[in-house]
Amino acid sequence: MPLSELSLKHRLFVKTYRWREVDPVPCTRLEKEIGECRVALVSSAGLVVPGDEPFDETIKGGDYSYRVIPADADVSSLVEYHRSSAFDHSGVEADANVAFPLDRLHELTADGTIGEVAPRHVSLMGSITAPGRLVAKTAPEVVGILRDDEVDVALLVPV
Amino acid sequence: MQAEIERAGIATASITLLPEITRKVRPPRALAVPYRLGFPLGEANAPELQRAILKALLAIVHREDVPYVGEYV
Repeated sequence: MPLSELSLKHRLFVKTYRWREVDPVPCTRLEKEIGECRVALVSSAGLVVPGDEPFDETIKGGDYSYRVIPADADVSSLVEYHRSSAFDHSGVEADANVAFPLDRLHELTADGTIGEVAPRHVSLMGSITAPGRLVAKTAPEVVGILRDDEVDVALLVPV
Repeated sequence: MQAEIERAGIATASITLLPEITRKVRPPRALAVPYRLGFPLGEANAPELQRAILKALLAIVHREDVPYVGEYV
């Protein structure tokens, strides 16, 4: 959606925030057909498997930790800890697939669109205004998980 | 995060709800969707739409003309 449709508060934020530019832009050539690929999701909807540690909205600059969501997780049971006022939470509350489409990935495996669903998926908390620790600490761990699981394609879904 | 994963040799694509910001940040591949914040896969309990968006997202993963921002219409 265009920035002009954001609330005044959030419009001001996105206009004044110092967005970090990716430079140079990396490019990994995908050598396989999508139908042969193992696919993982990386979502920033703040979803957590029941009983797992909640995200902490009080951390200054944003909670930069991550949670693993296994491929066999019950999507309807996931708990959302995102508290941002920037978006309407009713969609994720009604159906977490709207921001973490794990059920859809299983269906796309069944119909042959993708090769397989990765065993582990990554859940992050969005609204991280100070991304230093996310990049320095969390990103290498997330990369480690995806590499260990021999993931071919990672799909990133913000809210 | 997306750039770090791509840099590690894993092909990536993201959904974006705010393409104006995505063009500034320049992740490798993104698909702009015409929905509100909070609804990257369109609508709750709309499996057909959600699958269609995922397929469109998967269709850009092979692109090498990065940074690329496509549009889901």
